[in-house]
Amino acid sequence: MTITHILFLVLSVVAVLSAAIVVLNSNPVRNVLLLIVCFFSIAGHYVLLNAQFLAAVHVIVYAGAIMVLFLFVIMLLNLNKESEPHKPAWEKIIAVIAGGIFFVTLVGALKGTDVIVRNASGTSLGDSGIPSPEIGLVESLGKVLFSDFLVPFELSSILFLGAMVGAVMLGKKNIK
Amino acid sequence: MASTIVIPIEWYLWLSATLFSLGVLGVLFRRNAIVILMSVELMLNAVNLLLAAFSSYHADPNGQVFVFFIMAVAAAEVAVGLAILIMIYRNTKTTDVDFLNKLKW
Repeated sequence: MTITHILFLVLSVVAVLSAAIVVLNSNPVRNVLLLIVCFFSIAGHYVLLNAQFLAAVHVIVYAGAIMVLFLFVIMLLNLNKESEPHKPAWEKIIAVIAGGIFFVTLVGALKGTDVIVRNASGTSLGDSGIPSPEIGLVESLGKVLFSDFLVPFELSSILFLGAMVGAVMLGKKNIK
Repeated sequence: MASTIVIPIEWYLWLSATLFSLGVLGVLFRRNAIVILMSVELMLNAVNLLLAAFSSYHADPNGQVFVFFIMAVAAAEVAVGLAILIMIYRNTKTTDVDFLNKLKW
């Protein structure tokens, strides 16, 4: 048990617990705040994986933009515990059973797999290898992003423009 | 990382599977459309985490670029989804997804 393992376990427990509360708690504001906790622990996982750029982008995009958007919508709609719609009990039981079966299927499918970890040159990292520290930095990701993935990168800007226009049009009070 | 003993990649598999299942459970369990959107975000994050883990362990930056694109698409998806949600709320005064059953067979 090294400090890395302990950090991984702590972050995992925080992530899973906050995600479980998000799913099961019926107060929308508390859901959003706990989802932010969950996203911060996932950002911690990215740091553990030496993916520093992703950790920064994750905090900025998710905790900074998406969750603020969620909070604003909850505020605008004035949602609270009293206005929360509830499913009948039998539907909840079926949902839990279906989710549990899905989890068991996923674990069963993944348990038998033999995960081979190799680096780009084809040599196995084995147990003594460490995740490469340079891969997650802006320098290496930027080189890939602006050479191999230049077209998807530009297309995503068109996607954002479309999403922005769409959100404004949908949000307008009366569209002629 | 200074330590020579790394976290087994299987641990990331189990964590991602758990988070993804919790997201699926949230979609099935809740009727509030906002919470369903949040559960979808949870599922996206579980997949992102696993992609980043494999990318990091294979020393291949392509996977992390992919995660970056998924984050971009998720941001666009949430913006449009919440705009639709506000429109629905304005017309029906509820965020209950079971209320919107006109297209149900």
